Amino acid sequence: MTAAALDPGLRRRRRRERLRNLAFLSPWLLGTGLFFLYPLVTTAWLSFTKYDGFVSPVWDGLGNWKFVFQDYPFFWPALRNTLWFVVIVVTTRIVVGLGLGMLVISVKRGSSALRTIFYAPYLAPPVAATLAFVFLLNPGTGPVNTILGRLGLPQPGWFNDPTWSKPSLTLLALWGVGDLMVIFMAALLDVPNELYEAAALDGAGAIRRFRHITLPHLRPILLFAAITGVIVMMQYYTEPLVAGQVASGQIGGSGQQTEPGYPDGSTLTLPQLVYNLGFQRFDFGAACVIALILFTLSMVFAAFLMRRGSGFLAGED
Amino acid sequence: MSTTTTKATTATGAAGISSTTPPTRTAADRSYRRRRVLEWVAVHALAIALAVLFVMPFVFVVLTALMTDQQSLTRDYWPDPFAWHNVVDVWQTPGFATWWRNTIIYAVVGTALTLLSSIPVAYALAYFRFRGRNVLMMMVIATMMLPPQVSIIPLYLVWAKDLHLTGTLWPLILPLAFGDAFSIFLLRQFMLTVPRDYLDAAKVDGCGDFRTMLRVVLPMIRPAIAAVALFQFFYCWNDFFGPQIYTSENPAAWTLSYGLQSFKSAHHTNWNLTMAATVLVMAPVIVVFFMAQKAFIQGVTLTGVKG
Repeated sequence: MTAAALDPGLRRRRRRERLRNLAFLSPWLLGTGLFFLYPLVTTAWLSFTKYDGFVSPVWDGLGNWKFVFQDYPFFWPALRNTLWFVVIVVTTRIVVGLGLGMLVISVKRGSSALRTIFYAPYLAPPVAATLAFVFLLNPGTGPVNTILGRLGLPQPGWFNDPTWSKPSLTLLALWGVGDLMVIFMAALLDVPNELYEAAALDGAGAIRRFRHITLPHLRPILLFAAITGVIVMMQYYTEPLVAGQVASGQIGGSGQQTEPGYPDGSTLTLPQLVYNLGFQRFDFGAACVIALILFTLSMVFAAFLMRRGSGFLAGED
Repeated sequence: MSTTTTKATTATGAAGISSTTPPTRTAADRSYRRRRVLEWVAVHALAIALAVLFVMPFVFVVLTALMTDQQSLTRDYWPDPFAWHNVVDVWQTPGFATWWRNTIIYAVVGTALTLLSSIPVAYALAYFRFRGRNVLMMMVIATMMLPPQVSIIPLYLVWAKDLHLTGTLWPLILPLAFGDAFSIFLLRQFMLTVPRDYLDAAKVDGCGDFRTMLRVVLPMIRPAIAAVALFQFFYCWNDFFGPQIYTSENPAAWTLSYGLQSFKSAHHTNWNLTMAATVLVMAPVIVVFFMAQKAFIQGVTLTGVKG
């Protein structure tokens, strides 16, 4: 090794190689520094300061942390809501996505048309899809409640009722389940058909075949879907924010529109607090506390994905 | 066993093995067949019912978009008369055409920059051996999973106070020139599937890395490039948080996603114009999807296929 390093030809080649690596990687090296490391360090530092964006930051120790955990009225509700979404939305999306995938695969004719129909809503821009659902589910003239009324069924207040607002958002998330369906379809088609046939010969019913053949084969992809689902739900921002704003504007006057998480804080999620604290209250220090909490939670799940799904992420080396 | 496993013969094969006496065989066979038919009907009925359920939101949105102001205040489903001018009205709403233009600029320029900056990085992470490669790869994955809200405050402060560029599209577009984590990740995963022999052959022919990337690798990973371009285009088109933070102070820099939300408050009582605007925002996405359906589904599968 040392002898080789002394060889001037080799050394020159090494240097050329290093320059080449730098040239190819330069966008990302700059990008990581500018958009990942720098903001992260600054966020950590700002979280210990009082800063309103005008007067320079002043060291405040744990002041912001105390404020967020003890006095800020929205933190615990938002955390609870985020956990609700993580548990309910991720679970229902996986169940429905898998169900749709199995359904589309078992349909003999028209399965590609079905796939298109179930996949398309996933692509609807979130703001547009949210507006559409607030309209569909609006208690006044919404078609859903009109149909429920004609059928003699109860007509919930959906986005205007604190107990129904999260289920309404779950429906919206389920409408966009197409990405999971496609991933599950690919995994389902990978299960060797002979296994099912052998099991059928042995007299195993559909449920037992599902439990003992399908599920074990899908375990890695289910884990992948669960963890990425959790990470996506941690970032759940646009839909609850827009739903709350639009639904509140539709009933009350303009004064109500600033209430975060309408109705009754029921749609408030953690990422929304960064906006509320930083860009509505101009309390950047406290907003940075929330940012750090979000960062920690996301990285815990990301680490989990990297460890458990190492085969998937690392690629062959 | 495998000789009897062609799809059509499984049914008769199963019955043939499990029974020895002819009378029970036909009975079992008949009940099996009846079950198959019932199953077929149940599956297809369910599929059609769910398909209708998934299409209905689109249908109601379009129908409402074509109602007159008065009718949109009622519980009617069907527009009578059809108010086609709603679409024109929305288009002529002050700002709407500008938001449309801004969105196109953001999506097109952003996608181009993402590809230009991400491809070389993915190439290096896939083929070069160097110290710190795994650390770098982990940074890509970590960045991919990072909520945008985590880093927004320092970034906003730089754009607003040092660069004075808030209220323009620059803070949205410029960061994409420094590689996008998800695109890098996806491209790299796909590059790993290119057989090493092709690269070695190129090297033997005296091809440098840059030429190898352009001439050998790029043509072979075309599906991944298409998928990344589509995803990034959609990401920009749909982005709400970025425009909300960086452009909200200047309506001339708004994008459709951000502008659309303000639309409802401007048209307080009537859903028809809001839904017409919604259609106008959704339509391009749906059209692009139908044109490039295969690339999309391939791309989505690509993200999770290695499970």
